[in-house]
This record gives sequence, structure tokens and C-alpha cells, in this order.
Amino acid sequence: MPPVYGLVLAGGASTRMQRDKAALRYRGKSQLDRAVELAARHCRRVFVSVRPSQVADPLRAAHPLLVDSLPGEGPLVGIRSGLAAFPDVAWLIIACDLPFLSDAAVEYLLQQRDPRLLATAFKSAHDGLPEPLCAVWEPAAGAALAGYQATGGHCPRKFLMRNAPKLLAPLDERALDNINTPAEYAAAHAALDAARGVLDAATGADAVRGAIGLHDVDVMKLQIQYFALMREQAGRSEETIETAAATPADLYGELSARHGFTLHREQLKVAVNGEFSDWSRPLAAGDAVVFIPPVAGG
Amino acid sequence: MLFRFSTSAIDAAAARLELRDAGAGGFVSFEGWVREHNEGREVTRLEYEAFQELAVKEGDRIVSEALRRFPIKHALCIHRVGALCLSDMAVWVGVSAVHRGEAFDACRYIIDEVKHRAPIWKKEHYRSGDSGWVNCEHCAAAPHRSHDAWAHDAGR
Repeated sequence: MPPVYGLVLAGGASTRMQRDKAALRYRGKSQLDRAVELAARHCRRVFVSVRPSQVADPLRAAHPLLVDSLPGEGPLVGIRSGLAAFPDVAWLIIACDLPFLSDAAVEYLLQQRDPRLLATAFKSAHDGLPEPLCAVWEPAAGAALAGYQATGGHCPRKFLMRNAPKLLAPLDERALDNINTPAEYAAAHAALDAARGVLDAATGADAVRGAIGLHDVDVMKLQIQYFALMREQAGRSEETIETAAATPADLYGELSARHGFTLHREQLKVAVNGEFSDWSRPLAAGDAVVFIPPVAGG
Repeated sequence: MLFRFSTSAIDAAAARLELRDAGAGGFVSFEGWVREHNEGREVTRLEYEAFQELAVKEGDRIVSEALRRFPIKHALCIHRVGALCLSDMAVWVGVSAVHRGEAFDACRYIIDEVKHRAPIWKKEHYRSGDSGWVNCEHCAAAPHRSHDAWAHDAGR
């Protein structure tokens, strides 16, 4: 399995914050330093991703730098530059502005990593979409990202949505909240102070297992849409259900029994939140699931 | 947009104009039409249904792949949904390119991949009065066959 290096993205323009986000301080330390130290507790080598114009900035220059070496701008170029600089290495990519990101979350991400896919990422607690800036990007993603950029793409999230990464349910609701405005900064400060003990305690494998176990037994609401033969057999085109099913495979078993579907799971594909999915991916509350019977377009 | 659905008759003449390019020396298109028979049954009409949110994404990916794999200028695929009569156009694929060879290859690639990958379903209505979802029904009508046989049918 390729080794994982850490890459902290600190090339943003911080326009909404109106000051350099990397320099914002929490508990006496800049969030760039906090992010680098967090990554260093889990990766052998850690770099800070910067634009060429930022190499002389003292805050950034205190760390090993990886300067954007490819045309364009934005996080996608930072990720591509890392993959290009070390073609045999996978990258733990983290944005520098995630003050709630914990060791437990990073440890879980690395434990769950699937090196056969292009990436392993948390999904957003808010919209269920992949979070490209707290993710492990595998070496093969380099060429795929180059192709994506060549066709005019620039959004790492959209890239992940098209390339079926392994997706992980977030360990807690705000673990990946990023901080873009002065108001959000003030709120994050207050929350971090209030939760000091809790956040620091939420490390280690026991906490991770606890969080996963809890997720498994939760009853949650899911949106199901049916098409074609399955729509006719279910007698409806959509429904909201409460279920304890942990994965789409479990869910199909449950709904198959309820609606008498004649198709076997092996004949179907499944989509979650508008994208093809693995049958074993963990489901989260609010997920929209579609079972896809054998297709016949054209 | 590289792939889209149409709820009314596909206007191939208009679609073709979207692919014009002064650098292109050729244009190839494929039209899929509703046929009066399928697997020995007499077909009278069809219905197409799609999971449009994902089908548009997957269709877009397929045409993007063609644009990467083949040195072509432009490509577009339009698929019908809704009720269709015999001889109606169900799908249109167009490709413009510097040379004809790549245009033929890319056009073939797009229609083949769309048929296999896009979540689109076809219900055939037969002269005998019954109907069936293509690739779904007669697997389901033979529930005692092994999984391997089912998978084989599904992959046709």
C-alpha cells in the first residue's frame, strides 16, 4: 500500500475573512501550525501547499513547502502538485481552516482508506457530498485529475462525486466545519473553549469504535426513489422510510421483503445521493437511495 | 451540456448545428429508432423512463471520455423519455472531427456506453396486449434459475 504523506492546503485567498486564514489563532497557536502538527502525528512527512507568491511568507516558510507546479489555481492544483511531486505516495489532504478536525477523525480516515479507489473521504454532515479537503488521495488520482482539469473541471468535490470515492460518515456533525468569516471565527473560538475537554478526549480507537457503533444502531430516515419495473412492483415512485439498515445491501433486503421485488440484488446497481455507490457503504440519515434495475437505453 | 434528455421529438437538424466547427472535416451521427419487433415479439410502442439526475451525469461522463479518447472536435447525445411510436427516434449521437475515422469511432463508443451504463429503462408494449421492461422481466419470470444465469441475462 502506498505510504501517506500529509499536505496542508494554505494557498487560499481568504477573501471572506479579510485576513490570512492560515494565521488565525486558536488556543495560542496559528491554525496552520495546528493543522501541520495534526497531520504530522499521523504521517511520516508533511508539507504545506502554497502558491508561488507565498513562498516567502514566514508563517508558511516555517514548514516544508510544496509549491503549486501546475497551471491554474485553487485546491485542485495543490492536490495535483502533491501527486505530481511524489507519484508513488498517497496524500492526506487537509485544509488549514478546519479547527474542529480531531486526531480521531484523521485516524479513522486512515484506517478506513481504500487504496484501490482514487480517494477516501468524509461526507459532509450538511449535504452528504464528499469533502475533498479532508481526504486521502491515492497516486492514481493524479492522472484522473489531469484529465478532469483538461476538460475544464476545477472543483475537487465534483471530481470526487464523479469518481465514486470511498465515503465515510462523519464522526461528529461539525468535525469538518470550516471557518470563512469573522463571525464564524468568533463562534468557533467560543465552541472550542466550551468543548475543550470533550474534543481532547475524543481521540483513540475506543472513541472511534464508539462513534461507529452508535451509527450502526441508529434508526434513520431515508428517501427512496423507484424507477421502471421496481416502481411498478413497489406501487409508488418514492417513499420516506425509517430503517436501521446500515448499508444499501441491508436496505434492499428489507425493502425487497416489504414490496416483493422479483429482481435479485446481483442484477442491480445502487445510487446514493445521486451517484453510483458501493453496496457496503454506510448509510446516513437523509440519504437518498435509488436501486437501479438492468438498464436498456438506446 | 454533452448529454441531455428530450420529452418531445429530437430535432436532429438543430442538434447537428451545435457541433459545427470550422476545423472539422466531417460529421457522423447515429440515430436509434423504435423497431417493430424485439426477440421474436411484435412491438407496437415503447416507453422510456430515466433516473435523469444520475443519467445526465453518467451520459456527460461518457461523452467526456469520448472527447478524451478520440481526437474529435465536439460530441453530443440526446435521449428521449416518454411514450414513443414505431420509427420514432429514441436516441441521437453526433460527433464532429477533423477526420472521419475518429468521428465514427467516437460515435460508436458513445452509443455503446450509453446503452450499458446510463440508468434508462425501456418498456415494450406488444401486439399480443402485454408489455415488459427490457432486460428485467424474463429474468424475474424465472425465479428458480441460479444467480449466474441471472447475472448473464442482466448483462446482455
